[in-house]
Amino acid sequence: MATVTLDKVNKIYENGFHAIHDLDLEIADKEFLVLVGPSGCGKSTALRMIAGLETISGGEMKIGEKVVNDVEPKDRDIAMVFQNYALYPHMTVYDNIGFALKLAKVPKDEIDRRVRQASKILELDANLDRKPGQLSGGQRQRVAMGRAIVRQPAAFLMDEPLSNLDAKLRVQMRAEIAALQRDLAVTTVYVTHDQIEAMTMGDRVAVLKAGYLQQVDTPQNLYDKPDNVFVAAFIGSPSMNLYEATVEFDDNGGTVHLGDQNLRIGPEVLENRPALRDHGKVIVGIRPEDFEDASLFEGDTTGRELTSNVRLIEALGSELMVHFDINARTVDSGDPDAVEESDSGSNAVGRFNPRSRVKMREDVRIAVATDNMHFFDPETHLSIWS
Amino acid sequence: MSSTTTDTSITSSGDPHPIDDGSGGSGIIDRAYRLLRSVPTGLLWLIVVVWTIPTLGLFVNSFRTRDAQRSTGWWKGLNPFDWTTANYDQIINARQSIGNSLLNSMAIAIPATIIPIAIAAFAAYGFAWIDFRGRKPLFIATVSLLAVPLQVALIPLLQMFNNGASLTLPGLDKTITLIPDFDLAGTTTAVWLTHTGFAMPFAIFLLHNYISALPKDVFEAARIDGAAHFTIFWRLVLPLSIPVLAAFAIFQFLWTWNDFLIANTMIGANVDEQPTTILIANLAGDFGRNENILPAAAFVQAFVPIIVFFSLQRYFVRGLLAGSVKG
Repeated sequence: MATVTLDKVNKIYENGFHAIHDLDLEIADKEFLVLVGPSGCGKSTALRMIAGLETISGGEMKIGEKVVNDVEPKDRDIAMVFQNYALYPHMTVYDNIGFALKLAKVPKDEIDRRVRQASKILELDANLDRKPGQLSGGQRQRVAMGRAIVRQPAAFLMDEPLSNLDAKLRVQMRAEIAALQRDLAVTTVYVTHDQIEAMTMGDRVAVLKAGYLQQVDTPQNLYDKPDNVFVAAFIGSPSMNLYEATVEFDDNGGTVHLGDQNLRIGPEVLENRPALRDHGKVIVGIRPEDFEDASLFEGDTTGRELTSNVRLIEALGSELMVHFDINARTVDSGDPDAVEESDSGSNAVGRFNPRSRVKMREDVRIAVATDNMHFFDPETHLSIWS
Repeated sequence: MSSTTTDTSITSSGDPHPIDDGSGGSGIIDRAYRLLRSVPTGLLWLIVVVWTIPTLGLFVNSFRTRDAQRSTGWWKGLNPFDWTTANYDQIINARQSIGNSLLNSMAIAIPATIIPIAIAAFAAYGFAWIDFRGRKPLFIATVSLLAVPLQVALIPLLQMFNNGASLTLPGLDKTITLIPDFDLAGTTTAVWLTHTGFAMPFAIFLLHNYISALPKDVFEAARIDGAAHFTIFWRLVLPLSIPVLAAFAIFQFLWTWNDFLIANTMIGANVDEQPTTILIANLAGDFGRNENILPAAAFVQAFVPIIVFFSLQRYFVRGLLAGSVKG
């Protein structure tokens, strides 16, 4: 049980590639911190530096109170779960789980007790005499977990442990790992590229991009108050819709000029974001769920509507994903993994109530929850607050 | 045959068990395997028979008299009731003991197999997984030694075994002993030492290729589990490398057991230390006086390697790594 502290940690490879820039992270005792970001953002490198598998080029790394920059992996009191499990293929499940204890010269009966305890937690009792080759993907994943928990380490490090499982098993293991971490109360750093895993599992989530830390916060805060355009677009699926726009203020709120259409915003927007008054040009962000079929909307939506032509409808049962066009320039969030959201050529996605009767290629009135809109500086891409 | 394998998509090269059930898969290995499977078993048996006929002929001839061997082909002597064990008797009851020479062959082949494996496995692990200065040039230098022909080293080595090695400094009237004379001339030790040295480049090369392809994650997991290099080597690398160790052991044992050149050079006329190959050559005599015993001698000589092969070949198991990392 320990904190993990990264203070201005840098990683520069021999070929000059600067993978991590001044990474500051403070992971509290018993906390579940998720490192998330697109591929190549340095999240795995950061984790491997905590593990001691990569050298630290600059800065200071502490586990507990001890500086571990030059400490061997085996002396850091950490356990790691690898993406492809990295089980010892010639050993039984029992020996795989007990290997670290055996090397640590723990007495045999103590090893036996702890291996059986771990295998009970992970429901591996029946498979202790098998070898990894005879296990299913989910069972191998559990063995890898067992190998970590049996050590009772100061911290767990997990490197995309679920990415090799099929979708259904992934959802199940996601919940199991989160519950296990809560029960064991061990500090955990979890790397993933899947923002749903990040949102559902983490106490806090750290978003990385190209080696720079973007924001660390609770999942809900990341979603509601993203610091910049990248975080706004990365967290949430489908992504936030982002456009170049201009704002004007009057006595009773303001107006957002989005292409050739106008949207009214209430005075409380300006109260929350006083700095907005100094901006004419902004990047405006609208979450898909803040679009709704205006004909279903109770209450007055005057001035808070867009008209557009529906390009594509994806019916998911519980909701409709409606793709349409907004006559404004979209903004690139800088996520290298982002795909063009649809083949329909549209630049906006709304999450409509399934009772909506919109049809493809028909004009539709779309209500916008304008008070939930996000505003970013078009130069710095930072969120505009005060 | 090649027409079906030219269109390659080498997707399964990293697959730990490409040979699964012959269904599915599109890699070149899968295709080659499917192609081989489609060859009728009868044809395969035909190939086996054709390959075996010379050995069979040798076997039959080993039971025939000198006159019979010289006058007719082996296929005329297939009736076992006409067979004689005279050739075997001649070998076994020779003045120079065959038992002693078999022991000498063992005394050469066993150390010449085990010692290179032991050294090369350590070296291969070091070259593959320990990051030290000059690793690459050193590895290349080691492997380039494969190009040195055995023959050029025979006489220098023999001299070293005879007299040790010394260096007389030019100008000064002083001689430095580099290697003392261990009095190895005419001993089996000289033979297996030579074999060991010459096996090393190939052994390191072969084992390195295998060991460096072992999954990196497994070693990293072991490092985090608290293993140092020696533990990783002993508990992970060696058990996982059994197939390649067995393969090399078979090759090296056969090669050293059947060697004549090195043994003849290093041991020469020392009858007490001669291995079976030299004994057989001696028994056959000059100008093939006793050439009739050669087929029988070949079978005596081949008996041990056959046992070695069949006892080790089961270690040629595929897919030992299956289940370690997701393929």
